[in-house]
Amino acid sequence: MDWILVISRAVEASIGTEAVIYALAAIGLNVHFGYTGLLNFGQAAFLAIGAYSIATTVTTFGLPFFLGVTIGLALSVVLALLMGIPTLRLRADYLAIVTIAAAEIIRLVVRSVALQDVFGGTDGIQAFSGGFYALNPYPEGDYNIGPIIGFDENTMWVLTVGWILVALSCGLIYLLMKSPWGRVLKAIREDEDAVRSLGKNVFSYKMQSLVLGGVIGALAGFIFALSRSAVQPESYNTELTFYAYTVLILGGTARILGPVVGAAIFWGLLILVGTFLEEAVNTGTITFITTTQVGPIRYMLVGLGLMLLLIYRPQGIFGDKREIALDAR
Amino acid sequence: MRRAVIAFTAFLGGLIFLLASGPAMAWADGEGLKGSLKNQGQPVNGVKISVVDENNAPVGEATTSATGDWAIPVPKAGMYKVTLDVNTLPQGVSLRNPDRATLTVQVFEGNERNVLFALVSGDAADEEAAAAEAEDSWWTRLAQLSFEGISLGLTIALGAVGLSLIFGTTGLTNFAHGELLTLGAFTAYVLNTSLGLHLLIAAPLALVIAAAFGYGQDRYFWGVLRERKTGLIGMMIISIGLAIFLRNLTLFLFGGESRPYNEYVAQEGIEIGPIFATPKGLIAMAIQIVVLIAVGLALTYTRLGKATRAVADNPALAASSGINVDRVIRIVWAAGTTIAALAGILLGTTQNLNYQMGLQVLLLMFAGVTLGGLGTAYGALVGSLIVGLFVQVSTLWIPPEMKTVGALVVLIIVLLVRPQGILGRRERIG
Repeated sequence: MDWILVISRAVEASIGTEAVIYALAAIGLNVHFGYTGLLNFGQAAFLAIGAYSIATTVTTFGLPFFLGVTIGLALSVVLALLMGIPTLRLRADYLAIVTIAAAEIIRLVVRSVALQDVFGGTDGIQAFSGGFYALNPYPEGDYNIGPIIGFDENTMWVLTVGWILVALSCGLIYLLMKSPWGRVLKAIREDEDAVRSLGKNVFSYKMQSLVLGGVIGALAGFIFALSRSAVQPESYNTELTFYAYTVLILGGTARILGPVVGAAIFWGLLILVGTFLEEAVNTGTITFITTTQVGPIRYMLVGLGLMLLLIYRPQGIFGDKREIALDAR
Repeated sequence: MRRAVIAFTAFLGGLIFLLASGPAMAWADGEGLKGSLKNQGQPVNGVKISVVDENNAPVGEATTSATGDWAIPVPKAGMYKVTLDVNTLPQGVSLRNPDRATLTVQVFEGNERNVLFALVSGDAADEEAAAAEAEDSWWTRLAQLSFEGISLGLTIALGAVGLSLIFGTTGLTNFAHGELLTLGAFTAYVLNTSLGLHLLIAAPLALVIAAAFGYGQDRYFWGVLRERKTGLIGMMIISIGLAIFLRNLTLFLFGGESRPYNEYVAQEGIEIGPIFATPKGLIAMAIQIVVLIAVGLALTYTRLGKATRAVADNPALAASSGINVDRVIRIVWAAGTTIAALAGILLGTTQNLNYQMGLQVLLLMFAGVTLGGLGTAYGALVGSLIVGLFVQVSTLWIPPEMKTVGALVVLIIVLLVRPQGILGRRERIG
């Protein structure tokens, strides 16, 4: 059993690209669910919009990289408006079903054969990240952080940009939630009718919240696409949204750093368990499972963890039990 | 039905391939083309497949193995033409679309590209089908698609009735309901293949187990949570956790590939007027209709059914008029799980079993329930039939792979116009 390998993989994962992607996705969800009480089950759609915007702009249409980023941000705003108009006046569970449907619509459209020339069908799109890596200031080589972990120069560049985006998003959310605007959002979460009776336009505030969280989701999509230099439709299925919820609830909803800590712990643990089991199977310590069964075991634990969290500690690590919108109104 | 099954199998095949191989696939060494040739879930071997590049220069040839798999490496990324030699197909098997024996595909750098050929079996698939296809009038296709739509709608309805009743009585939007279909189907599978019971014996046994599971689930899990005063959204997220757990448990136990039952795998189709169907499909439809009518009658006329509707209407008032609310909810859970398991088993006979089979109809069930009006059993029935019909009939105008998209778009539009659903009441939307 190679303990160094198990631990270094886990530590790498907890600060690696997955953690960045899920931290950003969960920060967006935190604006929706944590602060406004909107049950958005279609966060994967925003990531898909971000990722596919860069990929199609650069690869399919041959346009510059930064135009792709701009288009991605603009389209995520449009998607939030489209999702919000039919649902934000409805009860929470309707919003959940419609957002999940919207996410599936986007995934099914980008994977369709009819639009294969634009979105690449089930194979997705590759070779669009050149413009991003051309800006890489890190010279070629391996960068060791501490004694056991290290990344290559491209991952370092993605991680630098990614964690800067995470920090900026957190800062922005911190400032916004301290402002009167943020207090209105929290008030909507607590009692929508009371806010309405104070003369606030609840629909408009909810829409702004949906847009803000969606744009942060699109940032996660950018990092997802760039870190892999490829986009594939199956990466943006509903499970992505549900794992982002797990990350959010684990860290603590309605807390600035909740999603970030949640993402680090989620991926650290997931990879720790996965690598440990794989190593144990490979060295013959565990004989009753195969390495292909390790993946399902990890996600069984995710499901189990999500249930146990909600039952015994719905506020997660940092949260406050009074600040979670877990009751349908 | 048959076409839908084939399309679905091809779709599942692609999905399984993507999921089973995961991200590692994208980084496979070297470019190549590969695929898995299957006819109604059965591998087809000994079929010659050849690849030429853009300038028609030959690149490679392969013959499908006993598992139906083939793979041809290609030298570099680019466009390739993949040709299936129709003459090497086994007797009675042919391409679903004879024009698509040659497919032009693009291979990206470092990508092993999956290529799918859709096959059909039976005598009708030969020249006869080709001829029929040519003169296939719009009305015949409409009739066939409507039939398939009703069949799909009935399957969705079986799941949706349980989903809707559970929502009505407890307020829980159960995201794990799709997994109840999967579990029912796989319970029957274990009884069928491991214990060697005939499906006609295994299926009823599986339904009994499902009823016990549903009852136990409420007795020892959801009921306890309700007593702890867990919020409704909290319970909804717990059901997502449960769904992730159960789905991966199925994947862990049975693996990612599709599996058929021992009986009723391949059947000759029969023609009834303009409609083409398999006997098992017709019997499944009959069972579904009988069960749905029975549920409807039970809800309307029996004491328990009336009690169920009373609890759905107003639990506090129902309790104060002497109805044992917890008992009603437990029976609803048991019945809902049983009906869902039945839907799963019937789905398993018409297509193969897969750990994602429940997840794939879950969204359609939600669409049906929402369309009909959350919490109303009759609404779920009507909504599901509309969704099923819409999904199938829309393929007259839109590509078959986009049919679910159409249904989901309609769901969103209906919510804009009539948010409470077709049979729902206005105050339910809050």
